[in-house]
Amino acid sequence: MPGRIVLQHADIARALTRISHEILESNRGPESLVILGIPTRGVILADRIALAIGDITGQPIAVGALDVTMYRDDLAQHPTRTPSPTRVPAGGIDGATVVLVDDVLYSGRTIRAALDALGDIGRPRAVRLAALVDRGHRELPIRPDFVGKNLPSAQGERIFVRLTETDGEEFVSIASPDTPPQTDQPTTGGPTR
Amino acid sequence: MRHLLSTRDLDRATAIEILDVAEDMADVQQRAVRKLPTLRGRTVVNLFFEDSTRTRISFEAAAKRLSADVINFSAKGSSVSKGESLKDTAQTLAAIGADAVVIRHPASGAPQVLAQSAWIEAGIVNAGDGTHEHPTQGLLDAFTIRRRIHGDAARGRDLDGIRVTIVGDILHSRVARSNVWLLSSLGAEVHLVAPATLMPVGVGSWPATRGYDLDEALATKPDVVMMLRVQAERMSAAFFPTAREYSRYWGLDDRRFAMLGAGSMVMHPGPMNRGLEISSRAADSAKSTVLEQVANGVSVRMAVLYLVLSGEKGETP
Repeated sequence: MPGRIVLQHADIARALTRISHEILESNRGPESLVILGIPTRGVILADRIALAIGDITGQPIAVGALDVTMYRDDLAQHPTRTPSPTRVPAGGIDGATVVLVDDVLYSGRTIRAALDALGDIGRPRAVRLAALVDRGHRELPIRPDFVGKNLPSAQGERIFVRLTETDGEEFVSIASPDTPPQTDQPTTGGPTR
Repeated sequence: MRHLLSTRDLDRATAIEILDVAEDMADVQQRAVRKLPTLRGRTVVNLFFEDSTRTRISFEAAAKRLSADVINFSAKGSSVSKGESLKDTAQTLAAIGADAVVIRHPASGAPQVLAQSAWIEAGIVNAGDGTHEHPTQGLLDAFTIRRRIHGDAARGRDLDGIRVTIVGDILHSRVARSNVWLLSSLGAEVHLVAPATLMPVGVGSWPATRGYDLDEALATKPDVVMMLRVQAERMSAAFFPTAREYSRYWGLDDRRFAMLGAGSMVMHPGPMNRGLEISSRAADSAKSTVLEQVANGVSVRMAVLYLVLSGEKGETP
């Protein structure tokens, strides 16, 4: 287990439930809501949030995935990334309130790319941002509307988000820079550095 | 991926990765805005020493939909017709600032020469060299087969157990070569059918079975029948007596078309010689994938250009 655990399985569930209620409250109900997750783990979180909102309101919520690989500004600084599928709900996003969901909010560059990608798919009425963890160190004027946990961190520290669907275990942890990466899964939360 | 020179050196995982990226590119083709900003500021040169409108415009569309700048360089009426060497052409393109060069050349191995030379740093994509390979055609054929069979669930899948029969001028066909290597590494069983005069020497070492009788091959109900174009421009020697005889023995006419199984597909890399290697009924039927192949060609070429042009400079292949 890498580093110090900051969110246990139950904490993640509570945070997502709270975010779901906050989304409903700020949208004044489930009308024209579209939840879009950013791969990889944002898609899982988006599915869970959509399910939670569906349970609360009793009607299914449009949910999808938005891949931002082709819109990144750092493609020449990293090894080639393989894109993931983008799934847009059948009704599209025109006129909808889109909630983008990501696991860790860091520099904000992923969200910048996501906003560009959204613009090529349609014209939402409004775009909101939900993140499980906000670790600070923004490089762009972007702020989240819904946050699971604010996690002040040093730039060298690494945040690990593990979810049952992708990793077989579930927690969020923070590790100091000198902790050797000891697992096969790459760190999340710092991809744009 | 530094260059794409042949399908022979693509392993199964890399081939599936290219096809999966092409799936994402195909999704983009369904949107209202069919353009991605990915290769903004990059320059792709189409360097064509042989005429090919279809392949060139397919690469051009692919590069433009990724927001790259495209320069078309065709040998006719250029410095090449004045005797410029490949080296000087390559160095000129390097000086212009080409990030990728899509090359078609009548000499087998020309893209390899360019990729291994110190003349130019750019990524090299083979768009057909002599009678060697045409890797993006092989990839788009594999992509088309995979999509027809697996539909929306095609991502990550291979072609295990799919039986493909390739018919026609195997001797001169780089399309056939690229397909043989790629389809067999993806798990498909490839069978070649051709007149004995158009079956290359050394075909025994290829990962494919071979035969000379089309009716016999069709009786085994292959999943895919790929008809190759009779390349009139390469028929200087007498490989078969008359076009009529070729059509009678190795053409997919209406009678043979009726023999095909219900779930099978008919492929042709284009341009077709209707009435010679393929009948109009076969070419225009629901089994025909000819137009899908053209559309998929753009998606596959987008995927290849993305994989060649993204990533850190100097990354190993």
